[in-house]
Amino acid sequence: MILQHLPALQIVVPLVAAPICLLLRRGDLAWGLTLIVSWAALAIAVMLLHAVITGGVISYELGDWAPPWGIEYRIDAANAFVLLIVSGISAVVLPYARASVASEIEESKHSLFYTAYLLCLTGLLGVAITGDAFNLFVFLEITSLATYVLVAMGAGRDRRALTAAFTYLVMGTIGATFFVIGVGLLYMVTGTLNMADLALRIADLGDNRTVLVAFAFLVVGLGLKLALFPLHLWLPNAYAYAPSVVSVFIAATSTKVAVYALLRFLFTIFGLEFSVEALTLTYVFLPLAIAGMFAASTVAIFQVDIKRMLAYSSVAQLGYMVLGVSFGNVTGLTATILHLFNHALIKGGLFMALGCVVYRCGSASIDEMRGLGRQMPLTMAAFVIGGLSLIGIPLTVGFISKWYLILGALEAGWWPVAVLIVATSLLAVLYIGRVVEVAYLQPAPEGRVVTEAPRSMLIPMWVLIVANIYFGIDASLTTSVAGTAARALIGGTP
Amino acid sequence: MTLADIPGLYNYWIVILLMMTGLYIVVSRGNLVKKIVGLVIFQTAVFLLYISMGKIIGGTAPILTGRPEIFSNPLPHVLILTAIVVGISTTALGLALVVRIGDAYGTIEEDEIAKADHEAEFGGPETP
Repeated sequence: MILQHLPALQIVVPLVAAPICLLLRRGDLAWGLTLIVSWAALAIAVMLLHAVITGGVISYELGDWAPPWGIEYRIDAANAFVLLIVSGISAVVLPYARASVASEIEESKHSLFYTAYLLCLTGLLGVAITGDAFNLFVFLEITSLATYVLVAMGAGRDRRALTAAFTYLVMGTIGATFFVIGVGLLYMVTGTLNMADLALRIADLGDNRTVLVAFAFLVVGLGLKLALFPLHLWLPNAYAYAPSVVSVFIAATSTKVAVYALLRFLFTIFGLEFSVEALTLTYVFLPLAIAGMFAASTVAIFQVDIKRMLAYSSVAQLGYMVLGVSFGNVTGLTATILHLFNHALIKGGLFMALGCVVYRCGSASIDEMRGLGRQMPLTMAAFVIGGLSLIGIPLTVGFISKWYLILGALEAGWWPVAVLIVATSLLAVLYIGRVVEVAYLQPAPEGRVVTEAPRSMLIPMWVLIVANIYFGIDASLTTSVAGTAARALIGGTP
Repeated sequence: MTLADIPGLYNYWIVILLMMTGLYIVVSRGNLVKKIVGLVIFQTAVFLLYISMGKIIGGTAPILTGRPEIFSNPLPHVLILTAIVVGISTTALGLALVVRIGDAYGTIEEDEIAKADHEAEFGGPETP
């Protein structure tokens, strides 16, 4: 009985927990509840992924209203994998959150923080699970509104968090509104909002200008949400000034979910032929992805604030994901989906290491990193391994992603792109190397004595770092799931 | 589309006009409250777009009376009810952020905030 309703529970559990969290008022109680809910969400996501892999696509009718009239939750390998990424990262972040939130946010705001966090989690899971285009917009906005609040909570440490949140709000709202215009135009010509139904009816319409306009609005809207270069301007400051926990969580999940939504629209709803015919993949995504990879990596090299550096690096990494999409073949798409997971592990681990630095030193500027290799050996070792994974050294997950990406480029016959992928990895060597050099080879500033971060922060961080190595050595599980997901997306209707 | 269709698409012209006005305000104004105002106009244009597409000339509200009648499509109207709620939350949150920015910086003009940030980071006024 319960098992049958897992898709609804995935959303309803965190959604109901959010107001309860608000009523609890005490920060530690709210944290406990969020932790339990988050682990429950992970358990549900694991069960759903298992059910999808063994039993095929799950279709759940919300409130027993038959699709296409009612809202349908439709879960195939692609979104089951995204659900696993989001809930998995959340389950690892929460044990870490307690100490970090206590040091960065006022006591009175703790329960509010966890309320916003749960709403953000609900929205992210909702975007991933839903099979209804308008429902996706609503969840996207739940996520975004919660994220603006979470980013602004960094104001206690740096007032620039407020302006970062404001910029994010303006750009995020424009993106969401573009998305809603696109959905409206699609509804105008098809009369349906259900994704599977939309796919069928768009295929029947043939050449239609309204559909093309809708496509353009949707791609730009989602491009803003996923920080596709050059629509990434909101991202660096939002990641840099948000509280550490929020940086970890949104860097690892929120843009990934937007990438997933883009994939869903490109491949499931419009179909590969349409997206290729509209020339989006080759002439829009490919140059923007490559420009993003180079521009953002180059800017990252010159950042003083290391959190901001990693934020720019995220823009570059999103370039890799979009690049995989632009190949328009199964291998490229596998690389994109694989990198959704792998990048969540990499950036989650790296931002957690910086969170530990902020916890002890109060800031993550490059000056503050001097000599930290000796004073916080475990944290910096984690940073180094995460950094190697970001660069794409063999035996780490970063290598697996790049390997598939290069295979995809070669399969599409674009070997110069493969060369460019390797070249941007060298830029990553520069910006990661700079931090490593300062941390290990320079003496600590005089009079600063810091010790290792508390264990509650170190353990989650090392869980992610070990996962970086584990899935880098034994990638059979992730690649098979990503491959299944890619075939589900590209093979027409889910 | 012929020239005669243009007046018939009156609603859509208004939508485009409002949308571009809103977007222009967001981009061009430095005052954060005015930016929010622009954003609201921009969103409102989309509400109109949805409402127009559901309307049928001569159609009534979809209430079952037993008589054959032409109904307007209620679904876009309901969707926009949701979008209005999202819009209000965004506006409220945006204005709340403006209040906090006003408290923290003593100004809500974009260029003055940028100047204050620059001074805080580099310890002096920006050199041209």
